[in-house]
Amino acid sequence: MPAGASAGRRAFLVRLTQGAALAASTGLVWTYVLRNQARATPFALRPPGARPEPEFNALCIKCGQCVNACPYDTLRLATAWEPRPIGSPYFLPRQVPCYMCVDIPCMKACPTGALSPQLTDIRHARMGLAVIDSESCLSWNGMRCEICYLACPVKGKAISIERRPGPEGAYALMVPIVHSAHCTGCGVCEKKCPTQEAAIRVVQADLVKGEMGEHYRLRRDGLALPAQDGAAAPAPPTVSNRRPDKGASVPGLDVLNEGI
Amino acid sequence: MNGQHTPQVPNDRPIRLYTPPATLTGKLWAWRYLILRRFTQLGVLLLFFGTAHWGWQVMGAPLLTGNLSASEFAGLIPMADPFAALQILATRHMLASEVLIGAGIVLVFYTLVGGRMFCAWVCPVNAVSDLAAWLQTRLGWGNALHLQRNLRYYALGLALLLSAATGLAAFEWVSPIAMLHREAIFGVGMGLIGVAGIFLFDLMVLRHGWCGHLCPLGAFYALLGRFAQLRVRFDARTCSRCGECIRVCPEPQVLKLDQAAQAGMVRSGECTNCLRCVPICPEDSLSFDLRPLIRSHNARALE
Repeated sequence: MPAGASAGRRAFLVRLTQGAALAASTGLVWTYVLRNQARATPFALRPPGARPEPEFNALCIKCGQCVNACPYDTLRLATAWEPRPIGSPYFLPRQVPCYMCVDIPCMKACPTGALSPQLTDIRHARMGLAVIDSESCLSWNGMRCEICYLACPVKGKAISIERRPGPEGAYALMVPIVHSAHCTGCGVCEKKCPTQEAAIRVVQADLVKGEMGEHYRLRRDGLALPAQDGAAAPAPPTVSNRRPDKGASVPGLDVLNEGI
Repeated sequence: MNGQHTPQVPNDRPIRLYTPPATLTGKLWAWRYLILRRFTQLGVLLLFFGTAHWGWQVMGAPLLTGNLSASEFAGLIPMADPFAALQILATRHMLASEVLIGAGIVLVFYTLVGGRMFCAWVCPVNAVSDLAAWLQTRLGWGNALHLQRNLRYYALGLALLLSAATGLAAFEWVSPIAMLHREAIFGVGMGLIGVAGIFLFDLMVLRHGWCGHLCPLGAFYALLGRFAQLRVRFDARTCSRCGECIRVCPEPQVLKLDQAAQAGMVRSGECTNCLRCVPICPEDSLSFDLRPLIRSHNARALE
């Protein structure tokens, strides 16, 4: 092989490696930015009909046609450096909630299908789930507030008022309870809540929603029973209370509840 | 003077350099395409803004809703950024037909008129890049860095690759073009930092650094531009090779005059059809025409 050809091939291989290294390093930084952006997703309440998140993030083209279509100026597009994925639509219920238009104009305006046209009844929308901070809720503190119950567009279904025993010797409490089977996450309750900071607020459902699991059954009156016919319970996540091997007494779990 | 470095000139025309017109009307006439380009760039933005904020309508439907990523005209005609649609398809998610039709409409349009006509006539970043280049010339600063102009094709490939790998439309999530347009229409925010970055990069580091070297959207449209029917016509018989066109061109590599002389036009898809070169040519060798007309014109010239 002539020396020139070998040197040429060598130079070519070096160039190729350099190019691949440039692409790889750029790609790594780029991927990091993308992942960071996508990780902000739990902080964005999406318009009605939004597909579950990995899909929504992929499909939304960030055009803002849903924003223009919203008659209440509920929706906005996230700008850069917000704790929400850039350019994607979201709403802040305490400022402007979703008023649940029956014709769902935002969903109809979506050109990509990120807001799924399979949503035909706005009451089936699941934008989030209202959760109540019973420590600051007026009703849970003995007042007959019930504003969230009265304001709820799925009245009596998404939020019900239920009787709970009050402190000894006092009257019973009439407290709001949210039912995830009906709550659309529109956030009208959060908007109307009269406390200084809303005691009821909408968050993405999977951040707060638990799941009982199939090994529990419900009694006819609604109370739970463990399964009897040997259905194996999945192991709960274990918490180690093993002491560190060295150092004989490290105060920890065993002393925190002393005297109770 | 004659002997040492005479460029290969197919005719014996003496070289005359461009003299800027003295009168204001003359200047405005010389800047006619520049003014028209700023007009369309701002006009497109204004149509989107007016629809979003002032409720502009036509025939009872929103006039132009959305932004450059995807939009709808008069409630009838969908349009979408074909590169954005391609990235989403690369994530292996199926798009609704509306955005696919819209992307097709835009794709056909820019394939016909010259892909990078988007860059020079619609893209809002173009004005930023041009401002930085103008200022750089004014200040007499040179470039701090040299980059190959084909880097943008690698950026294009990387954007598609990362879209497939991350499941997110990779360029759309970081695009300073989309950020600028979105925030101009839907509310100003920190996305303008991206534009400020482009301005500083273009001014301090590399002339037309973003638009002319790195932008994957520009690369995408450059690939479409190969089939463009609107082209800059080049008349080699009158050209004196003074080089004024190359001096003002933001993509000077497209003005390879020997190749252009053979084809009778600027064929490269990287030409943005900005038409800076047309009014500046002292010999009127450059003009703007449809490809079939250029062909027939050239055929007639050969006879």
